[in-house]
Amino acid sequence: MSKQNAIQLNGVSKTFDGFKALSDADFTARWGEVHALLGENGAGKSSLMNIVAGLYGPEGGSLFINDNPVKLKGPKEAAKLGIGMVHQHFKLVTPFTVAENILLNLGHIQSSGLYRERLRRVSEDIRAMAKRIGFEIDPDARIDQLSIAEQQRVEILKVLLAGARILILDEPTAVLTEEEAERLLTTVQGFAREGAAVILVTHKMNDVLRYADQVTIMRSGQTVKTVKPDSVSVDELVRLTVGESGTGTSDQPAERTPGEAYLQVKGLTSTGSHRALNGLDLTLNKGEIYGIAGVGGNGQSELANALMGIPEAVEGQMELIGEGDLSEFDAARRRSIGVAAIPADRYGAALAGPLSIADNFALGDIHSGRYGPFWYLKTRAIEADAAEAVKQFDVQGVRSLKQKAALLSGGNAQKLVISREFNHPPKLVLAHSPSRGLDVKATEAVRDRLRAARDDGAAVLLISEDLDEVMAMADRIGVMSAGRIVAEFSQPADRQAIGQAMVNHV
Amino acid sequence: MDLISSWLGNTPEFAVPFALAALGLIITEKSGVLALGAEGLMLVGAVCGIGAYLTFEQTAVALVMAMVAAGVVSLLFALMVLVMRINQVISGLVLVFFCQGLTTLTGTLMGWTNQPVPGLEAIALWPLSELPYVGRFFIQNVVVYLVPVIFLISVWALNRTTSGLRMRAVGENPQAADAAGIPVLGYRLAAIVIGSALIGLAGAFIAVLSTKLWISNMTAGRGWIAVALVIFARWSPWKALAGAILFGCIEALIPQLAASGIKLPQYFVFMAPYAITLGVMIWVAISKRDSSSQPGALGTPFIREERT
Repeated sequence: MSKQNAIQLNGVSKTFDGFKALSDADFTARWGEVHALLGENGAGKSSLMNIVAGLYGPEGGSLFINDNPVKLKGPKEAAKLGIGMVHQHFKLVTPFTVAENILLNLGHIQSSGLYRERLRRVSEDIRAMAKRIGFEIDPDARIDQLSIAEQQRVEILKVLLAGARILILDEPTAVLTEEEAERLLTTVQGFAREGAAVILVTHKMNDVLRYADQVTIMRSGQTVKTVKPDSVSVDELVRLTVGESGTGTSDQPAERTPGEAYLQVKGLTSTGSHRALNGLDLTLNKGEIYGIAGVGGNGQSELANALMGIPEAVEGQMELIGEGDLSEFDAARRRSIGVAAIPADRYGAALAGPLSIADNFALGDIHSGRYGPFWYLKTRAIEADAAEAVKQFDVQGVRSLKQKAALLSGGNAQKLVISREFNHPPKLVLAHSPSRGLDVKATEAVRDRLRAARDDGAAVLLISEDLDEVMAMADRIGVMSAGRIVAEFSQPADRQAIGQAMVNHV
Repeated sequence: MDLISSWLGNTPEFAVPFALAALGLIITEKSGVLALGAEGLMLVGAVCGIGAYLTFEQTAVALVMAMVAAGVVSLLFALMVLVMRINQVISGLVLVFFCQGLTTLTGTLMGWTNQPVPGLEAIALWPLSELPYVGRFFIQNVVVYLVPVIFLISVWALNRTTSGLRMRAVGENPQAADAAGIPVLGYRLAAIVIGSALIGLAGAFIAVLSTKLWISNMTAGRGWIAVALVIFARWSPWKALAGAILFGCIEALIPQLAASGIKLPQYFVFMAPYAITLGVMIWVAISKRDSSSQPGALGTPFIREERT
């Protein structure tokens, strides 16, 4: 049976709201191997595996389990075929005990006996399985008393006890410490040695190099190549993962005279138990774009929140030179100084969807009194200003200024945000994934605005998980990993070196 | 001494409706559905209990029909919150107003208003009923004795059966329950109907066994007190039972005080239960007790996400 293919996917595609998450992806995993699926965030790894787990229906292509063609109607059917997926976000009922959670999942398998009796049997099964694979788990412990690593073990036990022979782990080491990750991966390697098929979805090079028998690399929704990790160099793997466009880009002047320092971040650290930010230092100069590259989940969101004034528990210094401590400024003060923020979640943090385009535009200046005192609103002034901004920033799809902002497409919503934030020339621009989900034209428009701000002397911080964007835009690049800047590059920067810094320090 | 004796004797009559309504609410809310319609469902139970008694002259039949009627009316609520996913707070409020109108109309049209019914005979639990002071506590009608049994069965079903486990899972984390193959909406429907039937029984108890007649809006806010009681009890049936007895004691004390000649302003007396409810709620909020005992998905409609 070791020769047989456990899973084979041929030419699979999947589209979400017009965005092609997968296009013509192929994937084969054999019994008895640990098969890594490597790629950057958004490369389509999770989407591909969700198709195998029966959560998404594929739009094209075919799926074979054990060399038999199958069409999955849902996760239950996948489970019957022995496919078990441990999701990145656990599906556990937290106030319940381990045994109760597993019993929930087995309801349809073990249906006889009294409740107490069944719970006892499940507990025994848990202990037996845990012992076999070297986990320590108390079946009577409540989930919310367990650490993240222990919760993950519960999820693994859950799929194993449901009879999974094809085990899919989605970014299993993302939430674990070094030792925990090592333990976990050694264990799953053991499953493969016993004949199961293990698929390891990951963006960590170390996991692949040390534990995988095969690795399939994905980029932009396509499977690029399947290789044995020990048959290629690390450089080659990095090149396959991040793509091979040249170093620097044409429109990027190689050298710029840096202005004086404007934003000084020192020792920024999350105060929670999970140190998303861990002593981050950063200096942003006037008249430059500083790009922050890095694999998602290394503290970028927390950094963006902290700087933009979105509630985030951090300590450390964020000094705006000549103005004072940025963290102590409220939104009105930020605006009067000239801090423009383009958050990643444009509908959640930047726009009020049910309000009109004109109202959303006016929000930026409402505090300064430009549109009247608190008891009176100069609607005409608002509409005149909004109309001009909409024209100037080329916000398309505006039938009326009274139309709800939520009706705008992603790109135009982003342009509306920018038109408001850039209405008064900004001194500091904070942009987090500003072109995510936008088409080529809108992306260019957004980038042009950021460059124009830079040329006017503003300090621009661009946080993006898209390395291409950072490469194309930034004058200086900082690579973020585990909550701090681990390497800095100046243009022209070496893409290979950045890629390595992104993955090797994780 | 006589005062204490008759006070304790009257307590169960006031405590039972709170206890049953709170239990019904707990069952519904454990499945993640925020139930604010208790006041309305109690009225439905009350008017149907009286109506059924006047028609069939059987108390047992009256109580059962009250439960069935409340269960049927709750299907409307289920339709609103489960199928149409209307805001659960609004749906609960709408249900109360709808039931207030419906029961007043029914009572008047059918001529059930102010028609006395005999209720049930009190049974003395010998030898407990012979005890000094507390003896009268053990001379009650059969439904009062059934209440602890109903609680035992409910607690057992919630905590000691697979169905109960699944229902609680649906209330805590419907996505996880769905992934485990549990029909989320089915369990929520069952929880709404069963819980509402108990609330209907609470209403019927007031009308058929306690007041022994139907008057429009006779529950007078007891459904709301039950809602508060559930929060006070942190969704624990036994704590709710204790809370119901406490509130029953307070309500039973008022007529006793009046009878014993202590002069209290009438409106102060009427206000007392609500003032005490308010006080309890403030106390709960200030004491900042463990909020994790609230069902995790309470008030959140379930939609299976296409992309997670």
